[in-house]
Amino acid sequence: MLAYLLRRLWQMIPTLLGVVLLVFFLFRKFGVDPAQTLASLNASPREIAQIRQQLGLSEPWWVQLGLFLKGIVTFDWGRSWATHETIAHLMATRLPATLTVAVPILVLDTLIAIPIALGVAYVRGSLTDRAIMVGTTLALSVSFLVYVIVGQYVFGFQLGWFPVQGWSDSTWTNLLVYAPLPVLLAVLVGLSPQTRLYRSFFLDELGQDYVRTARAKGLTEPAVLVRHVLRNALIPILTNVGLALPGILIGSFLIEVYFSIPGIGREVLLAVNRSDYPVIQAVTIYMALLTMLANLVVDLSYRAVDPRVVLR
Amino acid sequence: MADLPDFASTSLISTLPEPVPARRAAGVWRSAWRRFRRDGVGMVSLAVVVAYALLIACTGSGLVARGWQDEVGQPDAPPSFAGGAARAATVAASAAAAASARAEVDISDVDPLAPRYQEWDARAAQYQAQARPVAATLPFGADRLGRDVLSKALKGTQISVSVGVLAAIVATLIGASLGAVAGFFGGHVGDLVEWVYNVLTAVPEILLFFAFAAVFGRGISTLVLILGLTGWTGQYRQVRAEFIKHSRREYVRAAEAIGASAGARMFRHILPNVSHVILVRMSLMVVGFIKAEVILSYLGLGVATDQVSWGTMLAESQSELILGHWWQLAAATIAMAVFVTAFSLMADAWRDALDPRLQK
Repeated sequence: MLAYLLRRLWQMIPTLLGVVLLVFFLFRKFGVDPAQTLASLNASPREIAQIRQQLGLSEPWWVQLGLFLKGIVTFDWGRSWATHETIAHLMATRLPATLTVAVPILVLDTLIAIPIALGVAYVRGSLTDRAIMVGTTLALSVSFLVYVIVGQYVFGFQLGWFPVQGWSDSTWTNLLVYAPLPVLLAVLVGLSPQTRLYRSFFLDELGQDYVRTARAKGLTEPAVLVRHVLRNALIPILTNVGLALPGILIGSFLIEVYFSIPGIGREVLLAVNRSDYPVIQAVTIYMALLTMLANLVVDLSYRAVDPRVVLR
Repeated sequence: MADLPDFASTSLISTLPEPVPARRAAGVWRSAWRRFRRDGVGMVSLAVVVAYALLIACTGSGLVARGWQDEVGQPDAPPSFAGGAARAATVAASAAAAASARAEVDISDVDPLAPRYQEWDARAAQYQAQARPVAATLPFGADRLGRDVLSKALKGTQISVSVGVLAAIVATLIGASLGAVAGFFGGHVGDLVEWVYNVLTAVPEILLFFAFAAVFGRGISTLVLILGLTGWTGQYRQVRAEFIKHSRREYVRAAEAIGASAGARMFRHILPNVSHVILVRMSLMVVGFIKAEVILSYLGLGVATDQVSWGTMLAESQSELILGHWWQLAAATIAMAVFVTAFSLMADAWRDALDPRLQK
């Protein structure tokens, strides 16, 4: 187990290094000159040269790459070019807002999609099943944006059930007052693809021999579904949830932008619009690390769910 | 031995039937098309997609919606089918009322500018001014600037769909060639490509879009490039798996034995056998890229501001909806929903028709 863990962690290094190289060369090679961005509009060439010197931009590229790597290893990402805030502080202050939105989305989406998918898979081929499949196809064809635009208009503006947008310093206020509308809309969007996916997982399991055996020995249908089918379908579901984890953070990025929630997603978009490279670089590398760790956790949790799985 | 009848030369040959011109077995594509034609949903969705393609050809060549930027209607003019005619009447009435009200009140004795009006009028008359008639109502309403929403939706369809299709072509070219190389050669080359794949999939897609958009800027060709450069991984994965499977098949071995080069085996022998997989994956990518274009354009990272796409229309409609002007939102949403639904259903139908496991 420990050997497996260590080997998996070891295997992450080349990938992470690749992400670092990608980010480094993408921004060095194709991005605008940071010195020009940092200097004021009427800066003299001498001032620009000074800034270049400060940022280490006049060094050869391998020295710059070395500095970049050193910064990553020591978690010293420097400061945002736009706000002069340290990246560490920026991440720490923006993450709570992102999590306040992202975690409820993930939990609710999964908890709602599983029973619907199980029910639909159970009555496969019936009118209900076909109606739900047509409904999800249509729901998938409408852009995420339309849900958000219309949802905000109807629930926030017309019906007045929720504040249209806003954020406060108190986590509880955020969770109970400001987060519900964005969460509701994101869950609505995520429900269709998840229901379809989980339905296919349940259908795979429902055709297995053990289901017939369970029925033959006289188990009630709820027992068959919950104790046998659901448990066996947990592996692909777990994989999907784990893989969706970074995506949920990103998905909440758009929600953040739209509802002006001061989370990481909105910060990244601001950084993209201001060419604030340190922020984009740091977030990209953190997200890559998070994605890989999520994959590892998923693989480890297989074992907890299914004792037959051998980790090699 | 010599007294044995010569079977080979006489009896056997004579019993063979007359050689008939060999009837070619129906090819993969022909039989797939036969199966596809039996799929009602698939045929309807194909018809819708073809209709969209014709429409795009018309807007692309300038036959339709050439003047989408012209301000032909009043700002936020409502669609004619939803109270547009009634509003046109009230607008005309209120304009007439305002004109008569202006004529009745004479304030020339207290107006300090009054002595100069005649001079200004005379000077203004030297210039030719052409009052352009603006319609009070349009078939599908007008946007904030009075541009025809229907024309915008048609033009936007062209841009959005082209971006999706072109990006899918770019991504397919990258993904399929890398997948072919990695799957066919394996070894160190395969490891290297696999590493690139791991690196790109480690970063969430939208963040990659953001990073690429931050350095490459905006515009249609940039958008196609960004989507293509970041979105090829799914295609790569599938093509690589197919090439690994096929490169060990006997027909490829046989081709190698008669001296076919690696390139010939990859592209002349294996590629035709996996092309249907590539095509189906490509059509799935189109839908994904169209959705990505909409979101990127909304965020201001997509098409430039002097162009129109479904994404920019949705972005504009956000502030319009608060004022009750729902038509631009409806136009973009309907245009997109119909296309995306038809295209996904068509791709599904093609996948079913091309899947050899479903052959009867």
